[in-house]
Amino acid sequence: MAITPNPYKTTGFLGWIDDRFPLTKMWKDHLSEYYAPKNFNFFYYFGSLALLVLVNQLLTGIFLTMNYKPGAETAFDSVEYIMRDVPWGNVIRYMHSTGASAFFVVVFLHMFRGLIYGSAKKPRELIWVFGSLIFLVLMAEAFCGYVLPWGNMSYWGASVIINLFGTIPFIGPDLVTWIQGDFVPSDATLNRLFSLHVIALPFVLVGLVFAHILALHEVGSNNPDGVEIKKHKDPVTHIPLDGIPFHPYYTVKDLVGVSGFLIIFCAVIFFIPDGGGYFLEAPNFTPASQLNTPEHIAPAWYFGSFYGMLRATPSAFGTQIWGVLVMGAAVVILFFLPWLDKSPVKSIRYKGPITKAAVTIFAINFVLLNYFGLQKPSPTVTVISQIGTIIYFAFFLLMPWYTKIDKTKPVPERVTE
Amino acid sequence: MNRLLSRMIPRSLLLIAGLLLAGTASASEVELQNFRADYGNVASMQRGARNFMAYCSGCHSMKYLRYSRMAEDLKIPEDVLKANLMFATDKTGDPIKSAMPAAAAEWFGRQPPDLSLESRARGADWIYTYLQSFYLDDKRPLGVNNTVLPNAAMPNVLWELQGWQKKSEAPAESGEHKAAGGEHHGSGFEQVTAGSLSPEEFKEFVADTTNFMDYAGEPGKRDRIHTGFKVLLFLFLLLILTYLLKKEFWRDIH
Amino acid sequence: MSNEGVDGSRRRFLTTATSVVGAVGAAAVVWPFLASLKPSAKAKALGAPVIADITTLEPGMRATYLWRGQPMWIVRRTPEMLDGLKKVEPDLLDPNSTNTSQQPAYAKNEFRAIKPEFMVMKGVCTHLGCSPTLRTDHPAPDIIANWQGGFYCPCHGSKFDLAGRVYKGVPAPSNIVVPPHRYETDKIIVIGEDPKDDGTAKAA
Repeated sequence: MAITPNPYKTTGFLGWIDDRFPLTKMWKDHLSEYYAPKNFNFFYYFGSLALLVLVNQLLTGIFLTMNYKPGAETAFDSVEYIMRDVPWGNVIRYMHSTGASAFFVVVFLHMFRGLIYGSAKKPRELIWVFGSLIFLVLMAEAFCGYVLPWGNMSYWGASVIINLFGTIPFIGPDLVTWIQGDFVPSDATLNRLFSLHVIALPFVLVGLVFAHILALHEVGSNNPDGVEIKKHKDPVTHIPLDGIPFHPYYTVKDLVGVSGFLIIFCAVIFFIPDGGGYFLEAPNFTPASQLNTPEHIAPAWYFGSFYGMLRATPSAFGTQIWGVLVMGAAVVILFFLPWLDKSPVKSIRYKGPITKAAVTIFAINFVLLNYFGLQKPSPTVTVISQIGTIIYFAFFLLMPWYTKIDKTKPVPERVTE
Repeated sequence: MNRLLSRMIPRSLLLIAGLLLAGTASASEVELQNFRADYGNVASMQRGARNFMAYCSGCHSMKYLRYSRMAEDLKIPEDVLKANLMFATDKTGDPIKSAMPAAAAEWFGRQPPDLSLESRARGADWIYTYLQSFYLDDKRPLGVNNTVLPNAAMPNVLWELQGWQKKSEAPAESGEHKAAGGEHHGSGFEQVTAGSLSPEEFKEFVADTTNFMDYAGEPGKRDRIHTGFKVLLFLFLLLILTYLLKKEFWRDIH
Repeated sequence: MSNEGVDGSRRRFLTTATSVVGAVGAAAVVWPFLASLKPSAKAKALGAPVIADITTLEPGMRATYLWRGQPMWIVRRTPEMLDGLKKVEPDLLDPNSTNTSQQPAYAKNEFRAIKPEFMVMKGVCTHLGCSPTLRTDHPAPDIIANWQGGFYCPCHGSKFDLAGRVYKGVPAPSNIVVPPHRYETDKIIVIGEDPKDDGTAKAA
């Protein structure tokens, strides 16, 4: 029975595999013959770093799950067991908790890169949509994970967020009970969030990351100039003139990024794992208690802006659902970015002053929104958050207009260094 | 765009830093004394362990800390541990249980909390200040109150060492005293009766105890930090190598 | 454009150097994860040595203790039982305990014990792990001719004498394990620690 030899004509053991499985094909398509623009800059580290952090969370998560005991009576104790009795348990725990925060730092910067270089625009809309889904699932995953230690902030944070569903008219309160599996967050809630965090959401996340990268490789990477490198190919080899094989050039460059990142990451893990009270919050070192609410319930730092928008929205017509809708819309609107940006030009380098100002204001506003979303509520904080919310939405909703009327600079045919 | 960003970013970072500082300096009810726990001072932590066993473990457990772990980390020989720091019936592998948990809740109206993680939940500053802040208050059932935890259910177990103090009429001093040493010499209290320790000795007693409690919050801290130095050193080496490697390969490009 | 020879060797050197350092780093990262699977402090605490007070143990009787999840027996042997040990030697597979993995050095003697009167042993058959039955009655033709007392395992018929030594021709391949143990006093045996005069008293 003759087998058609693989098109790469590899022999030996590798040839045996290639005749039955597209191993060399995958290596070439995605690494050694995936031609990426040669002008990637600092912002382009964050994709590979996000993948690194994902692997970190999965690995440390597996080992934490070996000793963690889900359940209202056992969870808190089991975390302290990991911290004290399990050899290296405290380091593995810190890798996981720091990794969660690192994930959001890296992902925010990764998204920002997409924003400023027009990586969401045609033909890369689907990459951006998959990415937005990843962001949404990541938030759910982080929320579930935070509940698992069953500290006091875990409990009250869970209570507040699940109660948001209670604002839905008619079905709200029953929905909350159904989600919780009980009348208050309890053992039942903890166990189901454990299942979501350890199995359901990681599967979805990994699947989406696969889709995200596949969609990217189908179209090819964008670059800081927003120039399509596939427009100018070598007539003989058909390789983009401004393209370089991902391996070895970007594998080797990403290693530098990884080393630099690990220095910061490990400095936190080994020297300031509490993150100044932002990565591991003090109230969470007290076991969950129905009777004892923390002075100030705040979500994890990376939810600050969305939480701020939620709190800033006043109730109306007897319901508080508007805040929930605003918070939800703040995430959903991200999905629409590819169709909101009407500029003929991709990269901010060649856009006009209005867009540049808008992006700068958006970025500063997002950081401030985040900060104020974590503060104790007060009239001042509320007003600032309301202004911040309006700016946030204005950035997106006015985008079709200001990107169209804005001046643009001529885009070069070839990438600049 | 680069020039715009490179001008805006430093300014916005300054603005953010300013706001953060403003946020964190919010007024709390009582100003806590500054205390930095010294994870390397084994002698202090040993004394703190002794203090804890003598004055605290009667009511407070440390259920997440095993005697054997404490002996190993604080370099306490097993015979000293068993003779001076453990109740005779406990095995060294057991966690630190308090002597009379159930009865204490009745007497004081509230179960004395487990203190394993108190330092992480409240901070070393809080513990250090709290233990020095009991004062006479005849409106309270036990005759004492505490400025750091108003209407605390806990008695002043350290009264023999510290003596008794009451709240002074003059407000707590600030300004020049703070600038002097970062500590409150004008603490807002007046000594009524002397204790067996001088004020400096008592402060050291409390410091030792706080150091121990901070240790108990994360016994692995010292090892973690020492490992961290080695890891960072290695990573810097790796950074240099990967950078050189990258530069070498990228000579092909351009 | 570039001199391939010089570049090639520098490139190879840097690649090798980085790969080696990277591999060292990877191993250093993997190590704590593997180490975390070792028995935790809790497991070690639960597996701590057990104090056996033999004050009330009558001659010919057996006391049972649990150490590391397994039954430990202390049998107080009568002089008659000790005499019987010599009589059964021809029927034994390993009468001199040459298989040194089954007992500590200080139990490698004809009594397989520190003090002949007290037999300290694991209550587990060396065939497939069942708990043998103590049969002090003798003769016991239903077990074997020349039975002087010992242990009979009901699962597959293995037989051991009152020093835990295995008979020939039975499924069990070796003598019953003697755990590390020492005499704190004449009446207190600590199961799980070797005697101090064998070096330091270390937990097994």
